[in-house]
Amino acid sequence: MTISNLEQSSPDSEKPKINWGRIEEADNFAKTVKLFRQGKYDEASFRRFRLQHGAYGTRMTGDYAMVRIKLPAGEIYPHQFEKISQLSEQYSIGSAHFSTRENIQLHWVILEDVSEIFRGLAEVGLTSREACGNSVRNVMCSPLSGVCPDEKFDSTPYALATARFFLRNPMAQNLPRKFKFNFTCCEKHGMVRMVDVGLIPQIREIDGSSQRGFKIFLGGGLGNKSYVGHQLEEFTPEDDLLYTSIAVVRIFDRLGDRKNLARNRMRYLVNDMGWDKFQNLVFKERAIVRATQSIVTQLDVDTTPDEIKRPIRITDESGSSIPDGYARWLKTNTVKQKQSDYCSVFITLEAGDITANQLNALGDLICDFSSEGKARCGFVQNIALRYVLEDDLPRLYSKLLEVGLAKSGALTMTAPIGCSGTTSCNLALTNSHRLAKEIQRKFLELKLDEDDDLSDSSIKISGCPNSCGQHGIATIGFFGGGARFGKDMYPNYQMSLGGRSDGDTMLGEICLRIPAKRVIPVILRIIELFKDKKKSGDTLKSWIHRIVNGNEDSDIKSINDIKKILEPLIIPPTKEEDPDFYLDYGSDTSYHTKTGKGECAA
Amino acid sequence: MCCLTESGKITTDVDSLRSEIRDKSVRVIDVRREDDYKQDHIPTAVNLPLANLLSDDSPERVLKLVNSMGIDDETSVVVYDDTFGALASRVAWTLEYLGHSNVTLLETTYSHWKSLGLENDSQTPEIQSKEHSIHLRPEILATSDYLESVKTRDDVILIDNRERLNFLEQHIPGAISLPYRTLASNEHILRSKEDMKRLLDNRGITGDSEIITYCGSVGTLSGLAYYALKSVGLSNAKLYVRSFKEWKNLQKPTEKQEDANYWDLSAE
Repeated sequence: MTISNLEQSSPDSEKPKINWGRIEEADNFAKTVKLFRQGKYDEASFRRFRLQHGAYGTRMTGDYAMVRIKLPAGEIYPHQFEKISQLSEQYSIGSAHFSTRENIQLHWVILEDVSEIFRGLAEVGLTSREACGNSVRNVMCSPLSGVCPDEKFDSTPYALATARFFLRNPMAQNLPRKFKFNFTCCEKHGMVRMVDVGLIPQIREIDGSSQRGFKIFLGGGLGNKSYVGHQLEEFTPEDDLLYTSIAVVRIFDRLGDRKNLARNRMRYLVNDMGWDKFQNLVFKERAIVRATQSIVTQLDVDTTPDEIKRPIRITDESGSSIPDGYARWLKTNTVKQKQSDYCSVFITLEAGDITANQLNALGDLICDFSSEGKARCGFVQNIALRYVLEDDLPRLYSKLLEVGLAKSGALTMTAPIGCSGTTSCNLALTNSHRLAKEIQRKFLELKLDEDDDLSDSSIKISGCPNSCGQHGIATIGFFGGGARFGKDMYPNYQMSLGGRSDGDTMLGEICLRIPAKRVIPVILRIIELFKDKKKSGDTLKSWIHRIVNGNEDSDIKSINDIKKILEPLIIPPTKEEDPDFYLDYGSDTSYHTKTGKGECAA
Repeated sequence: MCCLTESGKITTDVDSLRSEIRDKSVRVIDVRREDDYKQDHIPTAVNLPLANLLSDDSPERVLKLVNSMGIDDETSVVVYDDTFGALASRVAWTLEYLGHSNVTLLETTYSHWKSLGLENDSQTPEIQSKEHSIHLRPEILATSDYLESVKTRDDVILIDNRERLNFLEQHIPGAISLPYRTLASNEHILRSKEDMKRLLDNRGITGDSEIITYCGSVGTLSGLAYYALKSVGLSNAKLYVRSFKEWKNLQKPTEKQEDANYWDLSAE
């Protein structure tokens, strides 16, 4: 490749339509930190203030924070990548972390430096405001919205408008707990039943004309206790989107449990009240909102189509051959768009982590390869480059190889989710983050990403029961805890099977506790069992679902049958036989559980 | 006319250096490796690779080097590198320690100088040797013994300029973390005065204290921090020039951030 010199001549990068930042919030934060350090601001008020601005606490210390940068609808532009790269080197650990909710997190930031990050973010139109705390969190949108072949229309403008309406809105500054919106493209790609408000675009034909609207799900969510959301009504017209959203937020604000921290998400309210009653309340409240809201209270939905502009083609004169691994990557990391000739490319990360250099490189790659000039965050700690011309894919692959971002398996089971775990979280009991990386490395080595039987399954790992790793909706899910053999402790994971977040959303069924160092062999054993019993057309996911739903007719009929087969694998050795068994991943000292005060879940 | 360090000037901007070179009123020192220097460098620059200096940085040796580069007490000196100013800082500090007051850092790196399309050549200048005096300035040097002696004083701030993960893993007790990357802005080896002041002020690094900087091994990254402090008028600063490498070799006590697997968050 001899094109590096030419790349500097790529055209000006695309600029975002919405500026989410406010520079004055940086100064205000710096001042407040000083007051807090001088003892002029009490701990609880400061904590609330800090969270409202998107700075989360860090494991076992008050000196550091994690800054959670919101990317509404998952959109991120090249110059924003560059800035976040720079901020990660200056104030964090030289890496950044993609979350499952379209945020980018900077960890181990000195509290006194947080305001400098806010300043940098405001320079590129980004904010972390209301990324934590009891507010409307980042409004998500499917990374495929706008390009998904199955969608009725692109919900991205609605997600952006909703984010814009609620950000810094007085009505959402002091909710009983956090509140989340997820927009999606279609049933298959979304997570609309596992969130406070989930929305799927719909079109209704009335008198020969078609009307836009949504299928809205309310009261779902993952957590210490997880619930599947309920569909509000057959069809919610787009004009009612804002009224419905306001109505639900108002009901939650009024009736949500402000006393019992462990049960104050809206899903508990829905569950306690019963769906019918809650649904009725939403209808009534919506009627009131409709009648009383000023005419100017409208969603500012900007549906001007994005400019799709093919980047200036830099032809590769060297005529080099397609690099090794291309076919595998093409199969596991790309999807065809509804726009012919275009593909969306998913970048595989390890548990969402990315270096400063890679962030910078991505900024350049967007300019060179994406005809929409921006990228989208995915739901699984990853990132998507869309509107890439099919002809350009080999060249993009080569470029990704150069910066270490060409791993295969992005859209398969070999890219597990791992929450931050004991790498930074106060509540974590295990190093779920590293476990996810270990599984990925092993499974890619075994080329499991190429196995079509496994591609629609998922592995998701949380370091405690609170579900930031979304274990409840994984085909194979894990959450961390400690276990004891005699007087010795070892890291342990509760495994659940059969969770899913699509049209048939359900939570995984609890199977067995697996010691951390046995997780990989256990998953491999499950795959072996499946291979042995599978019928034609089966995938691991469909096989597990037959078992969970009691429809399997082989000798493995239930979770209990699987449990019996796996039990021999989890018997603890003595410390003398296998000292490594008693260590968590990434640690060389004996395992013990230790937690601090949580700030996200109970 | 070059700006003297006494006047508070820490860096020399590109345009000033170019006119000083035209006026022949400056000695420019390129501290990159000899091979790089030979390829091309800022016109009239002499080469003093950092490794050469570090092989023996006793005052007697440094004096010889300084004399051979044609620098006397009055010579205006500008130092540059291609390593975000850290190597240049270490050389500048060494001159200062010897008693040379008129030394500044080029505001940017050599790569950036070149990317601006500015002049460079590959000629090695003829240098007439000069006589410099020695007036050592121990007040800008910190030793491990000195660090031990001030560890209980709360008007002394110790700054670690290594990257955050290295700091979390191990640091000198009581140190605060200010990674060297924080000191620069896009094209400049140091942030603007206003930005630097705000950053340091937020961190409680203010004029009331004595400030000591250190880094991993030879005082380069912390040398840059030393000049960052001076750039906002915090002149009561010392460089722990032998830094953490010596501290560890002496088996002095260290601190770490306990109970967290922060390394596993890194994507390196």
